Amino acid sequence: MAAEAARPGPAFGPGDSPEGPEADAPERRRKAHGMLKLYYGLSEGEAGGRPSGPDPLDPTDLNGAHFDPEVYLDKLRRECPLPQLMDSETDMVRQIRALDSDMQTLVYENYNKFISATDTIRKMKNDFRKMEDEMDRLATNMAVITDFSARISATLQDHHERITKLAGVHALLRKLQFLFELPSRLTKCVELGAYGQAVRYQGRARAVLQQYQHLPSFRAIQDDCQVITARLAQQLRQRFREGGSGAPEQAECVELLLALGEPAEELCEEFLVHARGRLEEELSALEKELGPSPPAPDVLEFTDRGGSGFVGGLCQVAAAYQELFEAQGPRGGEKLAAFAQELGGCYFELVERRLAQEQGGGDNSLLVRALDRFHRRLRAPGPLLAAAGLTESATEIVERVARERLGYHLQGLQTAFLGCLTDVRQALAAPRLAGKEGPSLAELLASVASSIQSHIKASLAAVHLFTAKEVSFSNKPYFRGEFCSQGVREGLIVGFIRSMCQTAQSFCDSAGEKGGATPPALLLLLSRLCLDYETATISYILTLTDEQFLVQDQSPVTPVSTLCAEARETARRLLTHYVKVQGLVISQMLRKSVETRDWLSTLEPRNVRAVMKRVVEDTTAIDVQVGLLYEEGVRKAQSSDSSKRTFSVYSSSRQQGRYAPSYTPSAPMDTNLLSNIQKLFSERIDVFSPVEFNKVSVLTGIIKISLKTLLECVRLRTFGRFGLQQVQVDCHFLQLYLWRFVADEELVHLLLDEVVASAALRCPDPVPMEPSVVEVICERG
Amino acid sequence: MEDDAPVIYGLEFQARALTPQTAETDAIRFLVGTQSLKYDNQIHIIDFDDENNIINKNVLLHQAGEIWHISASPSDKGVLATCYNKTPDSRVLACAAVWRMPEELESVGHESPDDSASTTQTLELLCQLGSAAPGNVACVTWEPMGDGKKVISLADNHILLWDLQESSNQAVLAGSASLEGKGQLRFTSGRWSPHHNCTQVATANDTTLRGWDTRSMSQIYCIENAHGQLVRDLDFNPNKQYYLASCGDDCKVKFWDTRNVTEPVRTLEEHSHWVWSVRYNHSHDQLVLTGSSDSRVILSNMVSISSEPFGHLVDDDDVSDQEEHHAEEKSKEPLQDNVIATYEEHEDSVYAVDWSSADPWLFASLSYDGRLVINRVPRALKYHILL
Repeated sequence: MAAEAARPGPAFGPGDSPEGPEADAPERRRKAHGMLKLYYGLSEGEAGGRPSGPDPLDPTDLNGAHFDPEVYLDKLRRECPLPQLMDSETDMVRQIRALDSDMQTLVYENYNKFISATDTIRKMKNDFRKMEDEMDRLATNMAVITDFSARISATLQDHHERITKLAGVHALLRKLQFLFELPSRLTKCVELGAYGQAVRYQGRARAVLQQYQHLPSFRAIQDDCQVITARLAQQLRQRFREGGSGAPEQAECVELLLALGEPAEELCEEFLVHARGRLEEELSALEKELGPSPPAPDVLEFTDRGGSGFVGGLCQVAAAYQELFEAQGPRGGEKLAAFAQELGGCYFELVERRLAQEQGGGDNSLLVRALDRFHRRLRAPGPLLAAAGLTESATEIVERVARERLGYHLQGLQTAFLGCLTDVRQALAAPRLAGKEGPSLAELLASVASSIQSHIKASLAAVHLFTAKEVSFSNKPYFRGEFCSQGVREGLIVGFIRSMCQTAQSFCDSAGEKGGATPPALLLLLSRLCLDYETATISYILTLTDEQFLVQDQSPVTPVSTLCAEARETARRLLTHYVKVQGLVISQMLRKSVETRDWLSTLEPRNVRAVMKRVVEDTTAIDVQVGLLYEEGVRKAQSSDSSKRTFSVYSSSRQQGRYAPSYTPSAPMDTNLLSNIQKLFSERIDVFSPVEFNKVSVLTGIIKISLKTLLECVRLRTFGRFGLQQVQVDCHFLQLYLWRFVADEELVHLLLDEVVASAALRCPDPVPMEPSVVEVICERG
Repeated sequence: MEDDAPVIYGLEFQARALTPQTAETDAIRFLVGTQSLKYDNQIHIIDFDDENNIINKNVLLHQAGEIWHISASPSDKGVLATCYNKTPDSRVLACAAVWRMPEELESVGHESPDDSASTTQTLELLCQLGSAAPGNVACVTWEPMGDGKKVISLADNHILLWDLQESSNQAVLAGSASLEGKGQLRFTSGRWSPHHNCTQVATANDTTLRGWDTRSMSQIYCIENAHGQLVRDLDFNPNKQYYLASCGDDCKVKFWDTRNVTEPVRTLEEHSHWVWSVRYNHSHDQLVLTGSSDSRVILSNMVSISSEPFGHLVDDDDVSDQEEHHAEEKSKEPLQDNVIATYEEHEDSVYAVDWSSADPWLFASLSYDGRLVINRVPRALKYHILL
């Protein structure tokens, strides 16, 4: 069998080769060959011995698949010479022989293997026969076992059912026992205070009892249970009401009560009532601290206590409530909100009262910290109690306090300003008493200015605390915008500058009557202060403010220029008033001196009257005073020896030109004419004209007022000859000393000329004094 | 509507005293008294012809002395009173007297003699006021509504009520009161109120205003510190009985309600020097005239405190609906106090201003250099008030 199997290779090849020139066929064949070779242990080397070069399709290749003996022979015969043919023939014979022996060996070997395989199969046949017998035996045994087993099951079936039944009965009995024991257990639990356990038992038994309540025994149990449960509920409520055990335990009570099926709404109410009780206790404690009698704890401590006591309590209540009564839906939430709102209102009221007490105090940082705590604490319940609007109310309170603080600071600044003024007044009054040199006006001015500025800065710093980053309310829109622009900038700074101007102006108004109590130096100082504000301080302060409080608000603010204009106007009014007051002082002196003297019977003048010297002295003093605070100012061009020059003009040409005609018959006409012509060429003198901010202008104003008064007074009197001469002397004296103070000395000349002319008119016997004599007297005086 | 230019008249002498001829209601006539120490003083009677804008003058000699104050009798055109200074023996005496003008001058303005006429006529002295009681007379004021028989003179610190008898030939002291106090008190000015049946007089001394009852000669009110400095003049509102105006050296004009003496109703501060004279218009009391030593005359419109605060009220019966509507509208207009005009014709201090007694739209002002200026209320305002 094996030989047959090996044979097909060579037998197959020659028959197939002629019609198999396709490409894949030989490969497939080759593969099969390879596999067979592999099977029979032929080495590749043997196969590899053949020449690899020749075409596998070559029919002349002895080892090729397409070998054609005829073609091969033809080829040999045609190609090879005889010796080679001979060689080929011998070679071929030899090869055939070798192949034959190989074939014989192969067949032999295959035969041997076939025989051994046949032996093996025979042996297996015997074994299987044995095994079949044993299998049969096993099958019978199994049948026997199955039979037995069925028999045992049938026997046990009965027992099993009974056991199952018994187990069921047992469970039922235990349940029943539980039920029967329930009342006593409940009682025990209640006695022991294990309310939770009790409620759990009750909860377990309730449904069953409900179901079987038609059975009298169960009914009894149920009744008992209900009684006990009622007692339990009562006790729970009792405990709940006593309230001493704190919010968590109360919450537990409520939970148990809810589990007992108590009506939730009622519990809600009761819960809130209890919470209210506790919170109100907190509030009353706070109120006690607030008490009518200080020392109350400082405001920080107060808000801390309020925060931890009341607000903390409120938070707990709110949290517990929301947890317990979540099922209540929006209505429960509303109730809670109303509750929180009401209590929050009370709390806010207390806080406000406390803060109101703080209004007078000076420590802003403490207040701000307190407010911060207060506000921060209330932000916690914020999300919980959004509906109650507590956060908004808190913010409002903080805002209100901030506003009041601003008002307080404004007041403080005003007080400080008034205080400065009082100091200045005292300083101005002091030197005369002490008899020594007090601080100069410039020093006073500097001290006032710096003191006000430092007060402003202090206030700004204090107020600035409200907007500090770490403060919880500083990012509220009010503090970002309105507080900065309207509150601080407009309310505090602009308000203060305005009020300062007003205070200063009030000196002008009130002091106008009867001299007033305001020292002129104060007027001068205030005027300079306002002017300084106009030039520098206002813009400095406002820039400072704008920098510190980055104003984001778009609402319109007072521009610097408006304020400056106001300050300038104030300064101008003050200075004008100063001029009026000082002019009035000198005027009064001059008026008294003219009014009280008997000019008709006066003696020939020997001296300048003392009052004129006094006038010059006072004017010099004023000049010095004004010079301390104001710049010199511009004068009209003047010669270095102005007094001399004008004197000559005054006394010789002008004066004589004027008096000469009085000896002629047509005197009155000429005098009038002359004075009128002179007036035609001179400008109208505005006596109380507004002044400029410089020394010369101020002095000019004062001198104008004084001389005009002198003129009017002279016109009301009648002079004798010597009276006229006295006026002449006096006027010349004034001429000598006053020109240096004024902007335009021509003005002094004009006015004094007019005084002398008027005196001449008011004299029935006008004989003027010799100019040289006048000069001598004045120089001597 | 051009306003007429002011009419200017010049006197040779200095002058302070000016008054309208109060009893004259047809012709526009002012009396001016001069001040001269060396020559005979004069009273100029100045007639203004409104039609032709011409001034006629008559001069009367007032030889007694320089005239400081002049006032005309409200009932007799020919009677006037002056306060004047005499300077005998190096002394100044301030006296007051009642005079009568020569007959032919009383009414006839146009038959004036030439300026050069040597026959200048003289006043006839009726009686001296206070020859018995010495004192410097500052002011004489006539009873505004009466028969021209009562006069009050203010001398030093005395207020003297005189009864003129027997066609004013004799003055009998009917009552007096005096001001007592520290220092030397002197009245500077006084006016007789036309209200309350002519029983009230107001006086000024230093900074104080006082009201007096002429029946009992006792003080009825006192406005202390009415002005910061001396009060120069005062005048009563002719239509509102409690209102009076005052002016003084603090350059202010103040309006007072005498029922409230603590605060003035209004204050004007338009002048730049002492205000010497203040006068209400006799018919339209919103028009207030002030003269000051800053050489200006200011006419102010004080509508808000006048008797016609909402303008002239037209009788509803006389106007048609349209006009009525118009009138209502006008009455609702907010009327503001304001300065109507500032007159700068004067070169020297203006010591006296006064309204004409005949024409309510015309006034005169007098400055020290002897210049008399006659002005009119601006036409626009006149029609605004009238219509």
